[in-house]
Order: sequence, then C-alpha cells, then structure tokens
Amino acid sequence: MAALVKIGVLILIAAAVCQGYQDIYDFDGKKLQDTDYVSLWPLPQKVQSSATAFKLSSVNFQIIHAKGSSAGSSCSILQTAFRRYFDYIFGYKKKQNTKWEPKKTFGEAVTQLQVLITSTDSECDGFPDPKADESYELSVDQPAAMLKASKVWGALRGLETFSQLVYEDEYGSRNINKTEVSDFPRFAHRGILLDTSRHYVPLKVILANLDAMAWNKFNVFHWHIVDDNSFPYMSRTFPDLSQQGAYHPYTHVYTPSDVKMVIEFARMRGIRVIPEFDTPGHTQSWGKGQKDLLTPCYSGSTPNGNYGPVNPILNSTYEFMADFFKEVSTVFPDAYVHLGGDEVDFTCWKSNPDITKFMDDHAFGRDYSKLESYYIQRLLDIVSTTSKGYMIWQEVFDNGVKLKPDTLVHVWMNGASGFGEELARVTAAGFNTLLSAPWYLDWISYGQDWEKYYKAEPQDFKGTEQQKKLVIGGEACLWGEYVDATNLTPRLWPRASAVSERLWSDKSVRDVNDAYIRLNQHRCRMIERGIPAEPLFSGYCRHEYKGNL
Amino acid sequence: MVWGALRGLESLSQLVYQDDYGVHYINKTEIEDFPRFPFRGLLLDTSRHYLPLYAIMETLDAMSYTKLNVFHWHIVDDPSFPYQSKLFPDLSNKGAFHPMTHVYTQSDVRRVIEHSRLRGIRVVPEFDSPGHTQSWGRGQPDLLTPCYRGDVPSGTYGPVNPILRSSYVFMAKLLKEVASVFPDSYLHLGGDEVDFTCWKSNPDVRSFMKTMGFGTDFSKLESLYVEYMVNISASLNRTSIVWQDVFDYHEKIPKDTVLEIWKGLPPAYAQEMSRMTQAGYRVLLSAPWYINHIRYGQDWRDSYTVKPLNFSGTETQKRLVIGGEVCMWGEYVDATNLSPRLWPRACAAAERLWSDENQTSSTDEAFPRITNFRCRLLRRGIRAEPLDVGHCQREFQGF
Repeated sequence: MAALVKIGVLILIAAAVCQGYQDIYDFDGKKLQDTDYVSLWPLPQKVQSSATAFKLSSVNFQIIHAKGSSAGSSCSILQTAFRRYFDYIFGYKKKQNTKWEPKKTFGEAVTQLQVLITSTDSECDGFPDPKADESYELSVDQPAAMLKASKVWGALRGLETFSQLVYEDEYGSRNINKTEVSDFPRFAHRGILLDTSRHYVPLKVILANLDAMAWNKFNVFHWHIVDDNSFPYMSRTFPDLSQQGAYHPYTHVYTPSDVKMVIEFARMRGIRVIPEFDTPGHTQSWGKGQKDLLTPCYSGSTPNGNYGPVNPILNSTYEFMADFFKEVSTVFPDAYVHLGGDEVDFTCWKSNPDITKFMDDHAFGRDYSKLESYYIQRLLDIVSTTSKGYMIWQEVFDNGVKLKPDTLVHVWMNGASGFGEELARVTAAGFNTLLSAPWYLDWISYGQDWEKYYKAEPQDFKGTEQQKKLVIGGEACLWGEYVDATNLTPRLWPRASAVSERLWSDKSVRDVNDAYIRLNQHRCRMIERGIPAEPLFSGYCRHEYKGNL
Repeated sequence: MVWGALRGLESLSQLVYQDDYGVHYINKTEIEDFPRFPFRGLLLDTSRHYLPLYAIMETLDAMSYTKLNVFHWHIVDDPSFPYQSKLFPDLSNKGAFHPMTHVYTQSDVRRVIEHSRLRGIRVVPEFDSPGHTQSWGRGQPDLLTPCYRGDVPSGTYGPVNPILRSSYVFMAKLLKEVASVFPDSYLHLGGDEVDFTCWKSNPDVRSFMKTMGFGTDFSKLESLYVEYMVNISASLNRTSIVWQDVFDYHEKIPKDTVLEIWKGLPPAYAQEMSRMTQAGYRVLLSAPWYINHIRYGQDWRDSYTVKPLNFSGTETQKRLVIGGEVCMWGEYVDATNLSPRLWPRACAAAERLWSDENQTSSTDEAFPRITNFRCRLLRRGIRAEPLDVGHCQREFQGF
C-alpha cells in the first residue's frame, strides 16, 4: 500500500517536472522542491494518481451535493465547508486581483465536485463523537469529481484532501490530476491540547488554530482552559471564579458567547471540544473566587495564608463540584470531559490538622494517595451523573482509583525507558488509552525536532493485539508557560503536523525523507491560507507569509 | 550629536506610565547615560530564508527600542543570493530562491539604510567568502572551485576559486558596488568555515599550492585569499570585520581589522579574546549570543549573565573589545517566527552591551524590568513572546 502511494506521488512529481519548472538546487546540490506540486498531508491510506492533469476554473467550478445524498442545502456543516474550500482552492487568486478568466476551458476541466453522503443519517446537525465515521472515497475525474462518505465527518476530511490535490501551475492556473483516494484514520482520537491558563489566548488565535487543525485532520481540541495561574472561564453559576481568578475579569476571559463560538467553529470542522477542568491540583486560581474550596496550609498549628489542592474533606467541596460540573456538562456538548488529576502535591494536605484527623477517621494512615483517590472517586461519581464519560491523566490510574470501564486514560509521562511500559500497564487493565508523552510540543529545542515527533509510535509497547487496539489515539500538547498569541501558531505548526500523520496514516508510513518533502509543501500551503507555520529548514515558499496573524 | 538625542528620547518614552484611569504620568527624573560598548549589533540572515522587507523594518524598530545600533545584514550565503546587484544581475537572477519575489532591489536596500539611519542604526553588510558561497556560483560561472572525483570534475563546487585572477577581479568589482550602496565605513567579509575538501580534490589548486610553496597547508591558501579581500576592502576605504576563523588560521591581516568571535563556551571564547586583544586587534563578541539556538525555559538569563570582559588581559586589551552582536541565523527562522524568537530574548544582550555590569548583575532583579519591557514591546506592535506565565494588560490579539 505504501509502495502504491510512493509510485503515485512520484508520477505526480514527474508530471509537474515535465511542465517545465525551473529546477532549484540547494547548497548540498540537492534539488529543492518547488511548492506547486501536489502534496498530501497526512498521507491517505490509499492514493492512486496519474499524470493526466485537469484544469479548474474559478468561474465555473462548483462544489455541490450529489443526487441521492442524505445531506442537502440545509446542511450547515457542508454549506459552510463548500464555501471555505472553494476559497482555499481559488482564494489567493482573488487576492492577486486577477478577475479575468478565459471563458473557454483549455484542455479538460473539472467543473464539479459532487459530495455524496451515503448514510441515511448524515449527522449534519450533530456533534462529532468518539465513534464518528471519518472515512471517505474521492474520485477525481472530468467533468465531475466525486466525494463519497458515509457521514459529513468523512466529507470534511475528503474536502481537505481534494483541496490538497489542487496545485498551481506556472501560469497561475489551478490544476488537479486524475486521482483515486480511499481513506480513513488509523486512530479515532487525534487531538491538540492548548493551555489558556498560563497565558490567555485570544479567541481569534484559538479559531485560527482550529482551522489549521482541520487542514491536518485533527479532530479533538483538548481545551485546558483553567489552571493555577488564571481562571478565564466565565461560569454563569459561579461568576466570581473568573471575576477574581482571571488575569483580568473583562479582557482576559472567555464569555459564554466566546465558548459557544469555539464549539460551533470546531463543529463546522468536525472537531470535538473536550474541556479540561483539572483538579484537585492545579487549582490555585479557583480559590480566589471560591472561598473554602482549597485546603488552607499550616505552619505548625496556624494557617500560613497559603492554599493547596482542593480540600477533599469538606462536603461544600463536593456540592460545589456537583453544581460546577452540571454547568460544564450543559455548556460543552462533547460526550467526554477531562478531569485532570495530575501532579497533586501532598505537602499542604500533610500540614493541615483537620485533614490529618480525616485521614485517621478513614484509616488512610499517612498514605495521602488514598486521600487523593477518595476525592477523585467522589468527583468521578459526580461527573457520571451528568452522563459524561471522563478522561484523566495517568496518575489517577497509577494511584489505583476505581475507574469506570469507559474511562480514557491519558499517558503523558516518559518512564525510565519511554512511555511503553505505562501503555502496557494501562491497556493490560483494559482501559482505552491516549498517548501524549512523546508529543509535548512546548519542549522546544534547536533543529528539526518534528522528526522525533514523527517517529514516535503509539503501538510501540509489549502487549497483545487486543491491548494495542485499546490505544485509541493521541494528543500533541502545547503547554502555555512560555506560549501565548505572539508565538503559539509558529510553535504549533508544522511540528504538530508530524503528529497528525502519525495518528491518521498507516503505520508503515515512516519515511522521514518523503515526509520532509510533503510536509514542506504542506507548510507553505498553511502559510498561503494565512497561518504563520514556521519553516522546517532553509528554503522558501512561492507565497511567503504576509504578516496577517 | 543626534544619536544621543535618539537614545534619550527612547529613555524618555520608557519613563512614561499610565494609571488606572489612562492618565499619563512621568516622574521628576535625572538621567545621565552612555553606552558601555559602542558596537551593539543584531545579525539577521536573509539567505537561509528570505525575510520580507516588513520583517526587517519591524526588527529595526524593535532594535531602536532597546538601543541596539548596528544591523549586521548577513544578506547572502549558500542557499540563496537575494541581493540584486547592479553590475552582476545574474547573481540574484540565478541565485535567489526566486528572481522576482525573493530579492532585495536597490530601492529595498536604500529603504533599509534610511529607516536605520533615522533610528541611529548602522547597516553593516556581510558578503561572506570564500566559503558559504554556493548560491554565488549559479550566477557567476567559474567563480567557485570545481570539485574533482579522481581526475574528473564531479559536478559539484566548493569555495571561491582562489587561484584564478578572475575571482579577484570579480570580487573587487562587487565589493566596489557594495561600498557604493552601503555607506557604513565597516564591511564584513566573513571568512568562516572554509571546507578544504574541494580545494584538495582539484588538481589545478594542488599545483598552485606547489608553485606557491604552501605544501599541503590549505590554510595558507585561505590566508592568501583573505589578504586579497581585506586589501580590496581597504582600498575602498572600508574597515573589515571578519569571523574569528581568519585570525585562527592566519596572521597577516591589517591591525585595524575587527575580529568577531562566534565559537565556544566561556573558557574558550575568553581565551580567544585574550589572544586577539593581545595581538592588538579589536574584538566583537557573539559566541554566547547565538539566540537562534532555542531551548525550553527562560534562556534569556543565559544571554544576560554573559560577562564580555571576563578574560585575562590588560586594561588596554579590554578596551579593544568594542562590543558584540546577538545573532539570529536563519536555518529555522523566517517571517513566521522571527519576531517572537528575537524578542524579548535579544533584549538581554542589549542591556549587557549598553549598561553598567555592576548595576545589572542579577537576573532576578532584571526579571520584572524585562517582563515589563516585553509588554511595552507588545504595545508598540512588536510580537515579543512571553518570558514566563502571566499577562500584559494589552495582549497581542492576532492581526
């Protein structure tokens, strides 16, 4: 399968070369790739292409619903997508002010892309869920190309692939070659984590990155919305949380309308929004607007004014959590919510005499992980009543908390020999697992670090086939200690793209050299679409970044 | 002089603050100021990636906010030749990434120079040779040395060919044009990282070596080339700056040549500074300030704690250190990520080069000031990245 793809890509490159591009050599004598060849990212499961090229005219090309499709003009997701992808295909042409188009089509042209949703329920008015069918088939021929998918989610993925097959020739015309694509994702959960607590990230930037995620076929936005440093989430039940806890109660918050916008913008792109409200640790900012939520720390026998994790011994804590997560479950429609549970520091609990008494009363001894488990257990029970599934960081599993069978365990730590051992442990216990450990993109370093993200393999651990199937995907994480709107986008792209191919494409797609060629062009395409994706190495794009974001 | 007024205006603007009502205030203040080092540079590399003019202009603006006063324009190198030459148009026609869209026209260059001048910033161009010249060969055939595999040319090329008179005729003409375009009295000739492999492989070069009595010591051949170059520069009334490699390999360069140190960690470059200043040369330090080398965390502190005069030498020697440069090499940098990668990290070196070391020795004390300065850069439209968790009153919203 991989060989077929390679041949396909080679034929395409050969075709483009025959059109007389100037060969450009880099200082190693290696031919630099021009940016107008077709370049697919992530690589579809099956691509068969040819040297037959068709033209696309912005005057008479249309994306339409095919006859018999279960989705039609009332399908907002597709209507919006058709316009968006038309713009991607022809948009930059408009920016160059070329209004003139030949009325006659020279050579053969593709005048239509027909989109056929084959399942009776297109899911057009719904939200993508963990079991969404993202498969599609694309057949590019003239006069009409055909995109077939069972659900709208597959159509969205197919539209992206179609737009990636279009290339600009040296005369500025849009071309596309006769191609057959059959595609589906290897992993169902392909996410990006953004941290909007360490630094506030303005709405515009979140939306721009959701766009970029769609271009890379990511389908989950893991919104690590609050943490120690600030609480920008405006809660209608507890307005003081952001009023007291945000960096600024007006300028550095996400209003309910902001949140709605993110969720709908994501839905239009087939992206799930999973919020993370991380407790009992990582909650300093919660305590500013919610008195008595956090544990008062003691120095000797007196409170010292500092606060620690959420106070697990008070009933008021659980009443608060019940009300809070009830709101969260109505605001965020996804089937899952991330509850955090990582890095709980026991020092403050240890110092508090009321907690010590509680430990004795419950016969926990001095094992505070038992107290942590007690808290998490009660929290999980609360969240279960909201009919949401939950995701937790690996510590909750590692500490032996009793978890529901559909819990998603998020592996982020690299043990002495990598993440394999933890994956083995979690899957052996029968839980669905997500991998992030090799993909902490905030850990920048000099050079082409995308290669190491590309090489990480989620099934690289000792386990049965059954176990390996329990790894349902992964997430690239961009923690916010050193990241905000000034540098978020170039830091995320195209490095996160390496992860997107690992999670979408076939396991055998591992050739870093081929990936470099395609990723380079994909990066230039992202720039053309307005995202400042940083360079992989020395070189250029035909259309450089113009400073618009 | 106006240059002092420009620096003073900047300081004045930094004294102004606003209260919660938006009213502007300035406190009664007395300032006496002057730079510790006269040469405080920033290097941009426009060969590994083309940098559009707006990115260069923005960098110059930010430089003026932090009192950096030399723009070291590493304009051409191996990957591309974007400088559009009047005399040799093929250099960019064949050597730029794209001859129309990825070039600096003469008018572009004039704009950069004037934009800099108005901010009291000198523009020192670097035309690096004999190495780092792959892109030159595309538009100037016979300039580069043909490499050999055995008795046959292999099709690849090496550094500038030092045995042909035509090389020096060309370089003299080009540098004469460069001197007419760039008014600064300094010219950077490069001279770094010359790979001798290609020269060794070429039979004509080997035979030249024999004639000159150089044996197999190719550093003598490089020395010959560099001497010619420095002489050309001198004849054009230019002071030459060269990378330390030139000093490390040879001695016969005019005493007024400025040497730029780029290699090594503190013990190594400190020793190099001792050696160079002892030999009587003026020195620029950039080794600890290669901020293209990114890492996780607050690496601005590494730049800040550099002590440029921490080397063994006399007072006279120490006075030969005229300053330093913070370098942003372009392998992984272009307009998409230039600003956040440069700012505010380059500010650490900027303070080190201007301020008194005794008063600015603590990174913890500097932290609140540089954090504040970063928010000021944001207000002024510079996309400076955060140094740590926190916020600015007015965030960058995306354009």
